[in-house]
Amino acid sequence: MHAIEVNNLTKRFGTLAAVDHVSFSVREGEIFGLLGPNGAGKTTIIRMLSTLTRPTEGTASVGGYDVVKEDGKVRELIGLVSEKIILYDRLTAKENLWFFGRLYNIPGELLNKKIDELLRLVKLTKWKNSQVGTFSTGMRQRMNVIRAMLNMPEVLFLDEPTLGLDPQSSVEIREFIRKINRENKVTIILTTHIMVEADMLCDRIGIIDYGKIVALDTSTNLKKLVSGADSTILELEIPNLTTDMIHSIRSLKCVSSVSQNNSTCIKVNANGDDAFDTIIDAIRANKRKIISVKNLEPTLEDVFLQITGHEVRDKADQKIKMHRHHMAKPRVR
Amino acid sequence: MGVKNVISHIFIIAWKDLMELFRNRMALAMLVLMPIFMMAMAGFIFPSNTSMSNISIALANEDEGYGNYSASSIFINVLEEINNSTEMMVLTNASSFDEVRNMIQRGDVEGGIVITRNFTLNLMTGEQGSIIIITDQSNPQLSIALQTGLKAVFDQMGTWLAQKNVETFPGVNATNSLAVVKPYHVETKGAIPGTFNYFDFMAPGLMAMTVMMSVMTGLPAAISHEREIGTLDGMMVAPIRRLGIILGKTFAQTVRGLLQGILILILAIALFGVVIHGNILLIFALLFLGVFSFVGLGVVITSFAKDQETAMMVMMTLMFPMLFLSGVFFPIQQMPWYMQGISKFLPLTYVSTALRKVMVLGADLSAISLEVTVLIGFGAVMTLIALPVFRKAMTR
Ligand SMILES: Nc1ncnc2c1ncn2[C@@H]1O[C@H](COP(=O)(O)OP(=O)(O)O)[C@@H](O)[C@H]1O
Ligand SMILES: [Mg+2]
Repeated sequence: MHAIEVNNLTKRFGTLAAVDHVSFSVREGEIFGLLGPNGAGKTTIIRMLSTLTRPTEGTASVGGYDVVKEDGKVRELIGLVSEKIILYDRLTAKENLWFFGRLYNIPGELLNKKIDELLRLVKLTKWKNSQVGTFSTGMRQRMNVIRAMLNMPEVLFLDEPTLGLDPQSSVEIREFIRKINRENKVTIILTTHIMVEADMLCDRIGIIDYGKIVALDTSTNLKKLVSGADSTILELEIPNLTTDMIHSIRSLKCVSSVSQNNSTCIKVNANGDDAFDTIIDAIRANKRKIISVKNLEPTLEDVFLQITGHEVRDKADQKIKMHRHHMAKPRVR
Repeated sequence: MGVKNVISHIFIIAWKDLMELFRNRMALAMLVLMPIFMMAMAGFIFPSNTSMSNISIALANEDEGYGNYSASSIFINVLEEINNSTEMMVLTNASSFDEVRNMIQRGDVEGGIVITRNFTLNLMTGEQGSIIIITDQSNPQLSIALQTGLKAVFDQMGTWLAQKNVETFPGVNATNSLAVVKPYHVETKGAIPGTFNYFDFMAPGLMAMTVMMSVMTGLPAAISHEREIGTLDGMMVAPIRRLGIILGKTFAQTVRGLLQGILILILAIALFGVVIHGNILLIFALLFLGVFSFVGLGVVITSFAKDQETAMMVMMTLMFPMLFLSGVFFPIQQMPWYMQGISKFLPLTYVSTALRKVMVLGADLSAISLEVTVLIGFGAVMTLIALPVFRKAMTR
């Protein structure tokens, strides 16, 4: 049986379709990733699945229960780590966990044991009686995750679990996520805009853009979408690199995109059997030296680019611009 | 999900909210200061008669009399006689209007009374004699108090003069002359022995108001705030009744309001000599009932407002007219008919009326059954409206 089933799920805010006829299913015990840029609709999907937002159209079930009609049943099965940290700063670590544990009717004695156990798991035992407001961001996020584990959920939702964390804390959280998935057999559905994170953690990944799932498979299979065809990804190191040079490479017919990594290094995505030769020839024709050429394995970033036709970062910029545009409108009226 | 669970959820949510409140020094300070400010302000704006005593007043008599007859000396006698019993003023003699004015400007006295030059002459020739009250314009309360005081003096003086006149009539003597001049006598007696001041009237209303303000501002703030910082989701994804969330938060706000109510009661008793005649448990029960009747409205507003700021603004806008229309500061009977009509639809009216009956008149439950019934009805209807609205708003 599937832990989560989603059929044509849609959420509209006014005229904006934040989630647009999305369908997918998540197997029991799986770590399923929703990967997409800011504003793609990831949070909205999580909120609908965790009964916090009502879908405009379509259906979804968690553990076999409908998220609208049987929301009470769904709530008993799930844990939620949302984008905003669900903890009270003025309560201690223990008091926070006690509060949420009591909401799930966990009897006092059992709850006390559970709290100690979970705190030990994330190495926060020492801070048990300190107010959460004094914690570092990393500590707070660890608390936030074990808070969602109190009721031993069958399905755990993690919305951008490493957002705003330092690299060290991100690694810790990722390890912890993998650990609870393995040891507690928890089905996990997580969202992220970080390609590497999805790649590292998820059994399967759904790539989401403008409210639609545009690709869904394992990381390996997704990459085959790029490398399986006749595509080439090259990293070239060229001294005295100029904009003209980059333009002339970009204008080649076989090249789909060029991005500059630093002053001497570019990454070129291209298609076709003779792509490699064409690019090298073009550089030679410009009388440039090539210090090194690397033939890269495709990353999820390349997959995203190939499928959506734009880069993840582009989309984020575009969204900000669009937003400003919208805000300017009422002033004109 | 049995009733037992809902009750346990109510308590744990209330516990959480109160822990947050008690660990927030700023909020705690406001909790204590608000009732103190309220009482102090009420005392400043509405001084009771008892607070008006020993006002230093300069008295200048510019009257030149008429022959050997002087109406002004009669006036002064009566004034002193009345003042001896009320001790409202401390009188100092002054020579002229100008001196009185100077004394006020120097701050030697707070006000002055000047009997004008032709006082007796005017009276004798059938014109009105005039007396001038000079006060510091910055203190309107003082001039009202002085006017009231002087009116009593004139009243008595008029009676006295008339008495003297009729005593010359046949069959009238010094003993029955008063009955001829003033054949009636009105005396005001309260239903409860003892004297009353404005605080007796206001303390119950002030308590009702504080508790209401606590709930009406505290509830939307508490819910909208948690929604904004995202912690409300933690409660919303738990398998608990939405009613439990509302009641838990309400319970916490009620405790907060009651603490303030008790503080007001203590202040009223200790500083303003308010005496409580009714059952103290009945008073608390009424405050609780009052909260129950406000809560639904608070929840509805919270549900519609998209953030904390909006919720607070709507709340304030609704609350202020309510305060003045509910008879907290002024008796409802003094209001124009249409305002009296509006006040009938405000739960605060019934809370403050019932509280006043219990605290001042020592009424028991049967005497306030109308108010209690209205409050229960009001609360039940509002809660029934609020629940589905809240549920819908939270899953937008
Ligand atoms: N409550 C809301 N009201 C209106 N628009 C919303 C609301 N929540 C999200 N949106 C819009 O829906 C789109 C998807 O948002 P979201 O699901 O938060 O994206 P993501 O989590 O992928 O960054 C965005 O354009 C966002 O502005
Ligand atoms: Mg998001």
